[in-house]
Amino acid sequence: MAPIISVSHLGKTYGTGRKALNGVNLDIMAGEIFALLGPNGAGKTTLIGTICGLVNATEGKVSVAGHDIVDDYRAAREMIGLVPQELHTDAFESVWDTVSFSRGLFGKPKNPAHIEKVLRDLSLWDRKDSRIMTLSGGMKRRVMIAKALSHEPQILFLDEPTAGVDVELRKGMWEVVRALKATGVTIILTTHYIEEAEEMADRVGVINNGELILVEEKAALMRKLGQKQLKLYLDEPLGAIPPQLAAYDLSLSDDGLRLIYTYDTRAGHTGITALLGDVRAAGIHFSDLDTSQSSLEEIFVSLVRA
Amino acid sequence: MNHRAVKAIYLFEMARAWRTLMQSIVSPVLSTSLYFIVFGAAIGSRIDQVEGVSYGSFIVPGLIMLSVLTQSVANASFGIYFPKFTGTIYEILSAPVSFLEVALGYVGAAATKSIILGLIILATAGLFVPLKIAHPVWMLSFLVLTSVAFSLLGFIIGIWADGFEKLQIVPLLIITPLTFLGGSFYSISMLPPIWQTIALFNPVVYLVSGFRWSFYEIADVDIGISVAATFGFLLLCMAVVWWIFKTGYRLKA
Repeated sequence: MAPIISVSHLGKTYGTGRKALNGVNLDIMAGEIFALLGPNGAGKTTLIGTICGLVNATEGKVSVAGHDIVDDYRAAREMIGLVPQELHTDAFESVWDTVSFSRGLFGKPKNPAHIEKVLRDLSLWDRKDSRIMTLSGGMKRRVMIAKALSHEPQILFLDEPTAGVDVELRKGMWEVVRALKATGVTIILTTHYIEEAEEMADRVGVINNGELILVEEKAALMRKLGQKQLKLYLDEPLGAIPPQLAAYDLSLSDDGLRLIYTYDTRAGHTGITALLGDVRAAGIHFSDLDTSQSSLEEIFVSLVRA
Repeated sequence: MNHRAVKAIYLFEMARAWRTLMQSIVSPVLSTSLYFIVFGAAIGSRIDQVEGVSYGSFIVPGLIMLSVLTQSVANASFGIYFPKFTGTIYEILSAPVSFLEVALGYVGAAATKSIILGLIILATAGLFVPLKIAHPVWMLSFLVLTSVAFSLLGFIIGIWADGFEKLQIVPLLIITPLTFLGGSFYSISMLPPIWQTIALFNPVVYLVSGFRWSFYEIADVDIGISVAATFGFLLLCMAVVWWIFKTGYRLKA
């Protein structure tokens, strides 16, 4: 499959000398949900801004469905809907007017039926005649999404779509995003909430200090980097790990009641059977055990710290 | 040409004018009426005719220009500054529109408002003093050209400004003095010779002179020079707007 967005050697140095993007290469595939993760100031918003036309790149190229974003900006931008991170809305216009304005701005003929559908999908229909300034923060965020969807884009950028949004609304937005994906829209989202990426994304990119340090299928990423932990709940507290178990990657909880074994799911041989045998041989009794897999968040933190 | 975008911006801006009808139309009309009462009736009754035209009638073209210039700059600068201030400019920047289309929308709307305003003031003036328009086509052409040129200037100021203070300072410190000194209320020939020469460096002199010529066929400078100066100013503003969008000055990081 040909990528719908192709970013090559993209660099951005701001006037202040700060290098926000450094040699970023990235292909986004049509129809996928791509999550861009990174700490504050990593370059997520700059990357999105450059693709969408808000920021001039200092080096490199971006093409959207084969259209260069500089030389052929009309064709490129027509395909894109952008929901920026900050709540930038008009104040005095009605919801209906502002969303219709966006459609016109993107050169599409009037289509009240489509605007109605977008507003209904985002639960904004009954507020369509309200002035935007009278809406709550969550509603304003949805108005911005409605504006971005007004011109039926094939690509949707969501920059921190659920920042400052309550749990219920966040779930609602995930539904909207899934429904869009089902209609073939490619979605690129940045987020602080790792669970969001974990829940939604097909692929994950991690950006730090302006460099894309990893792009991976989410499932593969979690498999590849995921470590599992086996916890043994002991009957009697242990003072120290017995010497006959020193060969294993073990740690002991402070109260001495839990023995924790960290192993790599990548390894063909996890060593669990041998460990359990050796534990019994050492005369240690346990009443329960469980295993847990590291979350994307833990993977992310370990990547960014590395 | 993304004509739908131009239309969307234009209608958005015009809707803003309707919402702020008091500010956009009523207040300039009120202030013009005040000028007529003070300058036309109170002071004008003591001034003889200027070049064969009664003083009250003489100041009409200048008064219209005064309002058209200040309102064009104010309207267009606010129109583009406000989205920058609220951040909604992101949408314009990410839309498939060229600099020409954005400028057409904003400047077109601001100029339309100025033209309507100019005509309203003209009608208001007609209530106070006898009017004669010798060259209606030229009169309208000057009105349109001036509205467009100064709306472009306002657009540039709105992009340049990074605070409300700067938005105010240019109209206040530059446009108003230039207009007052540009022969709105007097003929340049009434000035001492040295000031007559200095006045010729004021671009507004050419606008007011040409505009007044279209009414009464009296002018401070040759009508050809007035037309050339108006077009020159228009082209200069267009060049600056073109450069702004090409470089992303104050718009793009």
